[in-house]
Amino acid sequence: MSLLTDDQKMLKETAANFLAEEGSIAKQLRHWRDINCRDGFGHGLWKQFAELGLNGICIPESHGGMGLGAVEAALVLEEIGRNLTPSPFLGSAVVGASAIQGTKHADRWYPGILSGEAVLAFAVDEGPRHAPEQTALEARRQGNGFVLSGAKQFVVQGGSADMIVTAARTTGSPGERDGLTLFAVPKDAAGLAVDNLSMVDSSKAARLAFDNVALDADAVIGEVDNGWQPLQRALNAGGAGASAELVGVASGASTMTLDYLKQRKQFGKLIGEFQALQHRAAHLYAEIEIARAAAFKAAALLDSGDERAELFVSVAKAKAATAASLAVSEGVQMHGGIGMTDEHDIALFMKREAVLGELFGDVYYHRERVAQLSGY
Amino acid sequence: MTEFDGFRSDTRAWLEANCPAKMRKPIRSEADLCWGGRNWSFQSDAQQRWLEVMAERGWTGPDWPTDYGGGGLSAAEARVLKEEMQRIGARPPLTSFGISMLGPALLKFGTEEQKKHYLPKIARGQIRWCQGYSEPGAGSDLAGLQTKADDAGDHWLVNGQKVWTSYADKADWIFCLVRTSSKSKQGGISFLLFDMTTPGVSTKPILLISGSSPFCETFFDDVKVPKDQIVGEVNKGWDVAKYLLGHEREMIAGMGLGTSGSSVMLGPAARPADPSLRTEIAAFDVDALAFAAMSERFAAMWKAGEVHPASPSMMKYAGTELNKRRNQLAMAAGGSEALEWDSERSRNGATARSWLRSKGNSIEGGTSEIQLNIVAKHILGLPGA
Repeated sequence: MSLLTDDQKMLKETAANFLAEEGSIAKQLRHWRDINCRDGFGHGLWKQFAELGLNGICIPESHGGMGLGAVEAALVLEEIGRNLTPSPFLGSAVVGASAIQGTKHADRWYPGILSGEAVLAFAVDEGPRHAPEQTALEARRQGNGFVLSGAKQFVVQGGSADMIVTAARTTGSPGERDGLTLFAVPKDAAGLAVDNLSMVDSSKAARLAFDNVALDADAVIGEVDNGWQPLQRALNAGGAGASAELVGVASGASTMTLDYLKQRKQFGKLIGEFQALQHRAAHLYAEIEIARAAAFKAAALLDSGDERAELFVSVAKAKAATAASLAVSEGVQMHGGIGMTDEHDIALFMKREAVLGELFGDVYYHRERVAQLSGY
Repeated sequence: MTEFDGFRSDTRAWLEANCPAKMRKPIRSEADLCWGGRNWSFQSDAQQRWLEVMAERGWTGPDWPTDYGGGGLSAAEARVLKEEMQRIGARPPLTSFGISMLGPALLKFGTEEQKKHYLPKIARGQIRWCQGYSEPGAGSDLAGLQTKADDAGDHWLVNGQKVWTSYADKADWIFCLVRTSSKSKQGGISFLLFDMTTPGVSTKPILLISGSSPFCETFFDDVKVPKDQIVGEVNKGWDVAKYLLGHEREMIAGMGLGTSGSSVMLGPAARPADPSLRTEIAAFDVDALAFAAMSERFAAMWKAGEVHPASPSMMKYAGTELNKRRNQLAMAAGGSEALEWDSERSRNGATARSWLRSKGNSIEGGTSEIQLNIVAKHILGLPGA
């Protein structure tokens, strides 16, 4: 893919209008932040997502979804990023839906995602840096089921989720890809302690402690010991999605900054007349355009099942994070003093970029993956 | 789709049968290209055969009408041909400014006689062309050109100087912008074609820091050009030039495509022992692969007519800066071996020469700074740019 179909254009327009109107910074991000909301997002908005059919983008038509894919999810996520809209879309409708795809858990959870009632979270990281093959959280067999012990962190919306897809180790040692198993952990599982934390961007991510959490065999998602494949599927969907959201963040910050360059006067001139700023703005424009192309290429390759999809997810995540990081730092710098105030929105983009940049692996993680996949 | 699949399978079979094995090897250097022309000596029988069979089928100008030596393919069929050639790694049978630049302009602005006369020869690789645009005093400000063509009754009399004329010393003919009126800047320019062996034409290669001389200074001293060798109307040459520049930009759009399948292509040095260099290469690869995705998207948007007219400036800026970085990294990865200038092991200093040549990428065809100005003004709408 390179260009959007008419249906995709329509979806993009729907998402753009909806999120600019209902998902605006004032109505959502600032609102929930300022009242210190436990979830960090609004359930009402999540239901509105559902009413528009957006929650079913990655859910097969056989389950009542739209049966679309990563490209369509990316179109929505770019608009989410542009408006800094907090929502369970990425975690539940993209990553969560992808993790349970084709399993009996889909029957259990897809209806809730589709109606905007259910929230899913995804627990993989155990240290400060993303390293899925290092998963150590232990799941040992007991009777007909499993007992989970260990800890997870950076579990986005883990404190709000009804179910947490959790990567655990059933055999082998940390560092090995074999021996991992995904579990559907209900929020009220005995022995599960959830520490709901605010992140720098006012989004919520939890630290989870598993103290001998007993689960039925039914809780296994997919096959025991063969969790790497579905984990990769979910992480690739998440990586491509986060890339698209980062492109939106970059684009939103850049639009706001360009507007400022066209209205702020110093030395009797609009500061946008200064070539020192013009060239930086033009360079940033190129970086964002390229990042968008990479993000949509990754999504398209995922949708077509292309063997290069994994490589391009890493290219997209690394490029989008780099471009967005440049956009937000240039944004704050070009706004000058006002950009350092909480009253102004520009630094909210900087905060969001920091969290999204880390999610599912940062720039360095994905550059390393590009090097490995390229054979050096 | 079925008739399309038929075209694809026929094309695939024909290419398999007709593209010589030697012509499926990656292009390693300038010397592997086939430029054609009166004085061309083929590098190999395979190169000659490849050009002949492709020209015979009209596939050197796939989407040109068959009447003019083209293949008569639709845009979609031409794309399939390109994809199928890429699939087997087939080299272009002909690298030609006639095909990529002049041909499309002749198709749009040429007379029937001009089309019938020039296009088949271009398609068969019989005329090698050069482009007479820049002058010592007219670089970025191209329309300020001063080379004069005076109306001398039955011919034009051309006097002046061009510079940065690519391969003028090797070209058979030139397409050239000349001033036919001083009353209007853009509206006093005409587009002439003439033979480089015409008395009064002389060229002087410019030695670059890379040791190569792809460009020349070109001098015109009372050069007589027949009246029927003007393309388009008198004083309307700027329209032709702009149209042709559009095709030049379309070429730029395809620039990054070659990198889409592979990494930085540093060869054996791609596994550097130095972890910090490896990190830099990985960072470069991210940018290179992302730009390959951008090039694909740009090409598709170009075909669909959805490109902002100033977007080629963004592509040119990003692509050339990337190429400079690629070469810089190749030098680092090569270490002292990359510094060798004339050894066989270094293929005559190929890495160093390529590195030095790449420095010109962000100067020729409009500097990076000019491209950023264009983006700032026309795309971002920044004031006073």
